[in-house]
Amino acid sequence: MIPTLFGVTLLTFLLFNVLVKDPASQFAGRHATVDQVEVVKAELGLDRSLPQQYLFFIKQVLTLDFGRSWSTKQTISSMIDSGMSATLCLTAPPFLASVVFSVFLAMIASYFRGTIFDKGIVVCCLGLLSVSSLVYILGLQNILAYQLGWFPISGWDPTWAGRWQYLALPWIILFVLLLGADILVYRSVVLDECYQDYVRTARAKGLTNLAIYSKHILKNAMIPIVTLVVIEVPFLITGSVLIENFFGIPGLGGMLVSALNSSDLPVIKAMTVIVSITYMIFNLISDILYSAVDPRVRLG
Amino acid sequence: MATIAAADIATLTPNTRTSLWWDSFRRLKRDRVAVASFLIIAGYVVVALLAWAGVLYPDVGQSVGDQYLPFSLQHPFGTDIQGRDILGRAIHGTVTALSVGLISSGISLVIGTFLGAVAGYYGGAIDAFVVWIYTVVDSIPYILLIPSLTLILGRGLINVYIAVGVTSWVTLARLIRGEFMKHKDRDYVLAAEMIGCSNFRKIFHHILPNVTHLAFVQFGLGFVSAIKFEVILSYLGVGVDPSTPSWGIMLDDAKLELSRPFWGNMLAATVFMFVLVLAFNLFNDALRESLDPKLKNK
Repeated sequence: MIPTLFGVTLLTFLLFNVLVKDPASQFAGRHATVDQVEVVKAELGLDRSLPQQYLFFIKQVLTLDFGRSWSTKQTISSMIDSGMSATLCLTAPPFLASVVFSVFLAMIASYFRGTIFDKGIVVCCLGLLSVSSLVYILGLQNILAYQLGWFPISGWDPTWAGRWQYLALPWIILFVLLLGADILVYRSVVLDECYQDYVRTARAKGLTNLAIYSKHILKNAMIPIVTLVVIEVPFLITGSVLIENFFGIPGLGGMLVSALNSSDLPVIKAMTVIVSITYMIFNLISDILYSAVDPRVRLG
Repeated sequence: MATIAAADIATLTPNTRTSLWWDSFRRLKRDRVAVASFLIIAGYVVVALLAWAGVLYPDVGQSVGDQYLPFSLQHPFGTDIQGRDILGRAIHGTVTALSVGLISSGISLVIGTFLGAVAGYYGGAIDAFVVWIYTVVDSIPYILLIPSLTLILGRGLINVYIAVGVTSWVTLARLIRGEFMKHKDRDYVLAAEMIGCSNFRKIFHHILPNVTHLAFVQFGLGFVSAIKFEVILSYLGVGVDPSTPSWGIMLDDAKLELSRPFWGNMLAATVFMFVLVLAFNLFNDALRESLDPKLKNK
C-alpha cells in the first residue's frame, strides 16, 4: 500500500506540477504583468526546484493539509469536510438500495435462468447501461421536476428535515444509474454458484428450491458480493459528480466540476489523492474481509 | 449411393477448420442477436465514413434555416439554436464517437498487451514494476484521472484520444499478464526455445496469438466505455472543442433547451448513442461467449 501511495503522489505530482503548462499565469489571470506572475509563482511555491516541490506535496498529503483553493480562497480541507456530508447523504441510500434490490433480482433471474424472463432482465440491464448518465439526469429532471412539478428542480437545505425533498429525485436517478451494472454483476456471481456441486447435493437430499436459494446459494454468493460492495465504497464519493452539478447539491462532486471549469488545480489534486487513498483503504479492507468470510482463502 | 456417402462425410466432418477463431465465428453466425448487432455497428461505420468523406451533410457547421425548427421530413430532428440541422450534427457526432472508441481503445490495447506480456513473461523485477504501475493507475478513479488529464493537455479531440487511451489499459494488462504466466512454461514455448527463438519471438510470435482473444473482447468493452466517456468529457467542458460535432456537446446544448421545450438535440444524441452502445454491448456479450473455450459445443 505504501508503494502504491508513493506512486499515486508521484503521478499526481507529474500531472499537476510538471505536465501542466504555466499554472502561475493561469492563476494570475490573463492581464497580469510579468512581475505579477513572478510574485504569484513565489506565493504558490512554483519557483522552487521540482524535488523541493515534490517534498512539499508529500508533506501536504501526510498532513492532509492541501492549502487553499485558487478560486474560492477557502482552505481545501474545510471544503472537503463540508462537502463530504452532503455527498454521502446523496449517494449512500441509493447505493445500499441498489445492492439489496439487485441481489434480490439476481437470485430470481438465476432461478429462471435461460428463460425469457432471465433474458429479458439481461437485455433490460444492457439497455439501461446504453444510455448516457447525462440523459437520465437531464430527462428525469426536466420531466419529473420541471414539467410535472413533483420535485423541486434544484436546491439544498442545511437542516435534515428540509433536505429530503431536494434529495428524493437525485436518489431515484442514482438508483436507476446503478441498477443496470449491479444486476448484471450479481447475476453472474449467483449463476456461478448455481452450478456448484453443493447445490446438486442439496437438491438430492430433497431441499425445496426456496431453502436452496435462500440458505445455500445466497450464503455462498455473499462472499464475492460483500467484497465487491466494499471495493465499490469509494464510489460514494465520486459517483455523484454529474448529479450534484445538476441539482445544486453542495457536495464533493459539484466541487470537482466547478474546479474543472475554473482550472482550480489544487482542489483537483487534493481530491485525486484523497479519493485514491480511500480506494486503497477499501481495497485492503475487502482483501481482509475476503479471507475472514471464506475459510478456503485462509488455508491457501 | 455415392451422393449419400458424400453427404454423410459432410455431416460427420462438417468443418475442416477448427481453430478457436473459426469455431467462434461459426457460433457467432448462428446467434441472431449477434448478427443483428454486428449489422447495426457496420451501418454506423458506413454512415460515419460517408460523413467523414463529405458525402453526408457536408455543410454540418452551416445554418440551413431558422433556429429551433420543429421535426419535419427535411430536418428529422429539427434545427438547433444556430439553425443547423440536428440530424447532420448527430451523424457527424458518430464520426467523433467512433474515432474516440477506435483510437483510444487502440492505444490501450497496445499499452495493455505490451506491458501485460512483458510482465507475465519475464517476471521478477519487471513484473513487480509493471504491477506497481497498474495498481497506481487503477487507484485513481477514472472520473478524476481522465478529466484532469484533458484539463492539463487542453481541449481537443486528440487529447481525448490520449487521455482515455493511456488510462484504460489496466484490466487488459492484468488479464494478459495472467495468461502469459500460465503459458510461458508450456511445452510449445520450451520447444520454441530449443530451436533458438529469441525472447521477442517467443512473446510475440508464439504466446501472443494464444491470448489475443482476451485482447479482442477487452477492445470491444473499451470501445463502449471510451464512447461514453467522450460524451461526459465534452459535456463537462474538458472534452472536444465546442465546434466539433459531438453527442456530449449536443447534450450540453440540450440542457438549456429542454425548458423551451425543445427536445431535438436531446432525442437525436440519445437515440444515436443508445442504438450504437446497445448493439456493441450485445455483440460483446455474444463475442465473449463464443470465444470462451469452456462453452464450446454447447
